Amino acid sequence: MNRRRAYEDDGDFYGERSRKRRRVSENQEMEERLETLILRVGENSSSSLESNLEGLVSVLESDLGNFRSKILRILSECPIKMPEKCTIYSTMVGLMNAKNYNFGGEFVDHMVKTFKESLKQCRWDAARYALRFLSDLVNCHVISTNSLLQLLDNMVDAANEDSVPQVRRDWYVFAVLSTLPWVGRELYEKKESALENLLVRIEVFLNKRTKKHHNSLRVWSVDAPHPQEEYLDCLWAQIRKLRQDNWAEKHIPRPYLAFDSVLCEALQHNLPLIHPPPHQDSFEYPMPWVVYRMFDYTDCPAGPILPGAHSIERFLIEEHLHSIIEAHHWERKDCAANLLNLSYKDKIPLEYCIVEVIFAELFKMPTPRYLDICYGSILIELCKLQPSKMPQVLAQATEILFMRIDSMNTSCFDRFANWFSYHLSNFQFRWSWDDWDSCLLLEPEHPRPKFIEEVLLKCLRLSYHDRFKEMMPETYSKLIPKPPMPTYKYTMEGAASLPGTATAHKLVVAIRQKCTPEDVLNELKDLPNPRETSENDMVESTFNPLKIDVFVQTLLNLGSKSFSHTFAAISKFHLVFKTLAETEEAQICILHNVFELWVNHQQMMVVIIDKLLKTQIVECSAVATWVFSKEMVGEFTKMYLWEILHLTIKKMNQHVTKLSKELSDAKERLDRNAESSSSESEEETAPAGTDAVTPQRRRKKPIGDNADKPTEEQVERMEEKLEAAYVDQKRLFLIIFQRFIMILSEHLVKCDTDGRDYDTDWYRWTVGRLQQVFMMHHEQVKKYSSTLESLLFTSDIDPHILDVFHQFTALRS
Amino acid sequence: MTSVHTPSVALSKYRDQHFKGSRHEQERLLRLTSTLYIGNLSFYTTEEQIHELFSRCGDIRRIVMGLDKFKKTPCGFCFVEYYARDDAESAMRYINGTRLDDRIVRVDWDAGFVEGRQYGRGKSGGQVRDEYRQDHDLGRGGYGKMVQMGQLGANMRDS
Repeated sequence: MNRRRAYEDDGDFYGERSRKRRRVSENQEMEERLETLILRVGENSSSSLESNLEGLVSVLESDLGNFRSKILRILSECPIKMPEKCTIYSTMVGLMNAKNYNFGGEFVDHMVKTFKESLKQCRWDAARYALRFLSDLVNCHVISTNSLLQLLDNMVDAANEDSVPQVRRDWYVFAVLSTLPWVGRELYEKKESALENLLVRIEVFLNKRTKKHHNSLRVWSVDAPHPQEEYLDCLWAQIRKLRQDNWAEKHIPRPYLAFDSVLCEALQHNLPLIHPPPHQDSFEYPMPWVVYRMFDYTDCPAGPILPGAHSIERFLIEEHLHSIIEAHHWERKDCAANLLNLSYKDKIPLEYCIVEVIFAELFKMPTPRYLDICYGSILIELCKLQPSKMPQVLAQATEILFMRIDSMNTSCFDRFANWFSYHLSNFQFRWSWDDWDSCLLLEPEHPRPKFIEEVLLKCLRLSYHDRFKEMMPETYSKLIPKPPMPTYKYTMEGAASLPGTATAHKLVVAIRQKCTPEDVLNELKDLPNPRETSENDMVESTFNPLKIDVFVQTLLNLGSKSFSHTFAAISKFHLVFKTLAETEEAQICILHNVFELWVNHQQMMVVIIDKLLKTQIVECSAVATWVFSKEMVGEFTKMYLWEILHLTIKKMNQHVTKLSKELSDAKERLDRNAESSSSESEEETAPAGTDAVTPQRRRKKPIGDNADKPTEEQVERMEEKLEAAYVDQKRLFLIIFQRFIMILSEHLVKCDTDGRDYDTDWYRWTVGRLQQVFMMHHEQVKKYSSTLESLLFTSDIDPHILDVFHQFTALRS
Repeated sequence: MTSVHTPSVALSKYRDQHFKGSRHEQERLLRLTSTLYIGNLSFYTTEEQIHELFSRCGDIRRIVMGLDKFKKTPCGFCFVEYYARDDAESAMRYINGTRLDDRIVRVDWDAGFVEGRQYGRGKSGGQVRDEYRQDHDLGRGGYGKMVQMGQLGANMRDS
């Protein structure tokens, strides 16, 4: 491998050093080599880590004269970029400090600066890794125990500030707790009472803390067999366990122990007094999470034992695996290889740990940090790299997830179904379905048969209908989707009695003969409006549902051969759509007709509605109203309908984001222009309009800028447009949440008066979908929290519904 | 998501020889494009299937199916155009080399679809690779065209 070769080259470097040093022109090259050496230290090599460290330290020490700032910079970046190698770098700094006290001092200053900067810039993980490194420097006799305790104490002070968001306070405690595995033992040995005092303060903090957010972040609503612990609670339990064990842990490699005799001679530095930067409203803190657990030691066959849920090793392994995913998620193959190559792999059931951590990320609430398919593709690579173990562990995980699906939250249910269908499609759709056939006896709305039904629908999208014959046992026939064909009523039996049939047939001929949109409108002209005969006489709109019915179903049926045919048809007859559907009511009518024709082809419905939104034939609010309409009641618990609602919300969000970005760009250009034009006028003497004599550079710049420069008026118009978009967005969310509240309240009241249990499958799906809207779009919904609270989620509505809203607001409180 | 340049999104060695413009211009476009060429598809794989898989990386602007020049039937490739470069990069990272319809699909950058490029460039109407292929590939019409012709000739001699 390249990496290996590079390392061996570096090995030569020690020998060739003096020769190369003579060539001053190679300074740059030297810097790069130093950087490579530092970055690579601790990676596989033939010699021991200790001798590598000693060698590298002496190289660095002798090069300090020339490359001091470079070395400082690299050494302070490494433990943040590669947190798993924290103790290697702390050993290096410790050895450097023992040789050169001044350098040690400079380094501490540098690291403190990095820490403070990270806090100011809200780079929370970087700050945590910097703090961890500072703590580990205590182990290496670079920093004094007292001054570190002072810092940790100040951080707990920050956690106890009043009137700052809880997420901020939580982070400070999390940072302190998560650094203790590294430095706990040292503090315990040197300053036991101060450490105890720190822990007491943390315990007091944790006992007072509210956890309203906890339920909305859980993957499962029940705690059997594994509790879904809130992250701080879990880490606290792990730290308490560590304290019980006298702070002895077995996971972190500690190369400095080998250098104890050198390091204990070194002089220590005191950290300066560090006060966390005060809270600002612009600061965004990490949201809380739950610690995802799906395995315990009984799940893993003979071999190394899975550490218990409250052992600190579990925390350290998980954190390590998460950081590997973070570092390598751009390259799925590297990611899989690095996960399988975990330094601790022989002492733990590695495949189980990896699968658990990947599902933890996939099921992370409110949203996973990377695309679902990123995790899916990493799992495929893992199966390829480790074919003897990984597929079995993954199958076991799937089995566990399926068994526990009754209490799984709806967002995770969707992600699970999407992943599983994708995974099956990469492995010839092979699965032992027979093992699951007991679920066929359950009610169709029960999560288990529902899951299989949804997975099969997704498999159908990725393959073809005939595939089910080979792939599914016959017992599953009732869950197998119908063939995805259009249902065109105007050629079916009984069509003669339909009022639109004659026109529909004429329309088919006309469209086949490549008629114009105007011709279509002409063909439709004579269709009577059924609404005018009813009591709706007074309605002044031109909306004619029969015209829409005949046109939409006939056109889309003609284009039914593929997505492309359908899209081409929609775009060619855009004018007809627009003419027939000026009002929201008419747009909803279009949607009903799409549904009627394509009731057996969900994916087609999804892409058609997406297209109708993009071409502005229907508005987002119409789609939302349609989703909750009476006609869709039978579809209400199906995944595709929510796929449609979420894509609609996303369209709206993207629109708002785009307009707000355009506005801020325009404002920036306006400001910049105001500045540059004033400075321009000083040097630019030639009056505008004179050419030829003016040097090109000078002439071009103001012209270019002016072309770029928006006028005040333009900016104003952009502001108005953005305002209007905000109004639309708010209205969309209000429609959706109001509909949810209506149907849920109706259900609860009805169950109450009928004396029935409200907690039905339908109720769970519906509450789950409500939660999903909050979670998936939390970034956008949060803007309207106070409006929602005052208009919709008021104290008089049912507490079950209100609770969902309060859990959402608690995410950032 | 900010884009990070790693090997799986780097330009491959392949360059479309029919590109109208300089090599430099072609490479510039390849670095900016949101269009992908998808290869090694089965002739039976539909636009719908491709849409389902590739939409998992982001919103798709359009899919152009590759067609046999003469028969106007799918011939095993297509272009997928995203709205955003980032989404196309995700497809390069996470879909290239995985399966669709039981086949390992090839995903590569494309400088942008131009009318006419949807047709196969092989003599027989399909893709050039299907002219010379020696193996039997049920998803792509059996043996390569040359082999088929040879066999046809052999059969005729036999009879």
